[in-house]
Amino acid sequence: MTIREIRDAIRSGRQSAAAICRDALARIDALNPRLNAFNTVAGDRALARAEAIDRGRDRWRDAPLAGVPIAIKDNICTRGLRTTASSRMLEHFVPPFDATVVARLEAAGAVIVGKTNCDEFAMGSSNETSAFGPVRNPWALDRSPGGTSGGSAAAVAAGLAPVALGSDTGGSVRQPSSLCGVVGLKPTYGRVSRYGLIAHGSSLDQIGPIARSAQDAAIVLGVVAGADAADSTSAPEPIPDYAAALTGDIRGARIGVPRALLEGVDAEVAQANAAALEVLQARGAALVDVDLPHARYATPVYYLVSTAEASSNLARYDGVRYGFRANATDLRAMYGQTRGLGFGAEVKRRIMLGTYVLSAGYYDAYYLKAQQVRTLILRDYDRAFERVDVVAMPTSPVPAFRLGERIADPLQMYLVDVFTVSANLTGLPAINVPCGFTRGAAAPKPGEPATTAAGLPIGLQLTGRRFDEPMLLRMADAYERDTEWSRQLPPIPSR
Amino acid sequence: MLAFDMPPALTRDDAARIAALAQLELTDEELDLLARQLGDILAYADQVQQIDTTGVAPTASVVTRHAADRPDELQPCLDRDAALANAPDPALDAGLFKVPRVIG
Repeated sequence: MTIREIRDAIRSGRQSAAAICRDALARIDALNPRLNAFNTVAGDRALARAEAIDRGRDRWRDAPLAGVPIAIKDNICTRGLRTTASSRMLEHFVPPFDATVVARLEAAGAVIVGKTNCDEFAMGSSNETSAFGPVRNPWALDRSPGGTSGGSAAAVAAGLAPVALGSDTGGSVRQPSSLCGVVGLKPTYGRVSRYGLIAHGSSLDQIGPIARSAQDAAIVLGVVAGADAADSTSAPEPIPDYAAALTGDIRGARIGVPRALLEGVDAEVAQANAAALEVLQARGAALVDVDLPHARYATPVYYLVSTAEASSNLARYDGVRYGFRANATDLRAMYGQTRGLGFGAEVKRRIMLGTYVLSAGYYDAYYLKAQQVRTLILRDYDRAFERVDVVAMPTSPVPAFRLGERIADPLQMYLVDVFTVSANLTGLPAINVPCGFTRGAAAPKPGEPATTAAGLPIGLQLTGRRFDEPMLLRMADAYERDTEWSRQLPPIPSR
Repeated sequence: MLAFDMPPALTRDDAARIAALAQLELTDEELDLLARQLGDILAYADQVQQIDTTGVAPTASVVTRHAADRPDELQPCLDRDAALANAPDPALDAGLFKVPRVIG
């Protein structure tokens, strides 16, 4: 069901919020053992909340999300509900406060059904760095759902929740949305408060909605967006009516295509993206070539900047105030052992890299240099947006890859982020729009397995001007009006 | 100075020095693996060194407008019991976090 269908059903009395909640919980119960999308299912809490909404139906009548089940990524703090960041370090952490987005969702009537699995501290691109095991892609259970918000994307794709929140530091909302075939929006930096989001890269992190349509993403964004006294980087810009922007009319809109950047993209991904742009063109948008000469450096710049920020943010996990503590007889040893045992391999790798690039003698060569190139990437986009309204490219260069296929080589994993990290470095909003499924590349010889599996989702990414989420959502919605991709449900055997 | 032609290969000792800065106790196997992997990642990141950034200001933040200042007034904050509730070793009566011995 869409958010509007749920609202109408509850308003008219056709269905209770409790019944809708029970349906979602039953589906989670049946399919989560296959998908591992949730770290924590909050069944009792969710039902109590749904029943309270039913009892106060008049009061909740105009609340935009009254009775809408929502899944929250497990790095977003929920008061009284375990929040782990998929790390041993926080395995038993129960936040004493709500993230601002959680408070806003609940004030709008949303019903939190659980906390979704993700890469540990949102570091990874495949969900395999989670301390609680990888999420499985609902379209192919032996494949990655992407990362880091893989649990949120898989939950929405499999219909375990109509909408979810993820967080996006280098593509962590958009890339799993692409690999799972759902809509995922990273808002402009500052559009949504980060208060209560477990920090990864503070100049890059942004919370965003994952949904089955641009309309549902627009409704959720409208609820969580806005300035917050608890986050000094949150933006005071007024919040437009995002749902009202979905007019279907994109005549005259200009779409920039950075062709030079697209080398090495999987052939089926490239083909589906080109076809999607034709659909938008047929609706009256114009395609324009743009050049982003520094965007090809975005991945190394991102891994220098984000790991530096992460190494600083993760200094707080020292075994003193919360989280895991190793037994040791003196304080220094307790710090070292707590962090050595509490963090997984990818998190340690990033803390090490970040510490190195910030250390005396290397700061100028790596961190400062990366920040200067970040400026050049920003200028490229500013220049492009003088001529176009959005920039289009694939969200991921490849469809969902097999679990285990890339995890042994960190660099191969980092390269998956090539098209998503620029939006974080520049702070620009970007959206994944499902635009097709692989047909499966032909086998090299008859009788051999095909080189790509068939039926894997493909995504188109649109990046917009600062605070121009309305344009991204309008274009995504216009595309959905002409296509059926985002309405597909994966056939998952329940055991 | 630091305009590398080649990125430095990292040794286990280098990795151990970084780990000490980061307060991470790692095994010898982890140090060897990380020395190699960080070396690979830095070699890849070396392409950034080739870009001319003369006179380019660094970007540390993309915030263009901050939320307005607010008056400096006392506000309610987390109460002490709630703050101690997740502590591995709280001294609830004293309202303190306990840690192992600091000075020999």
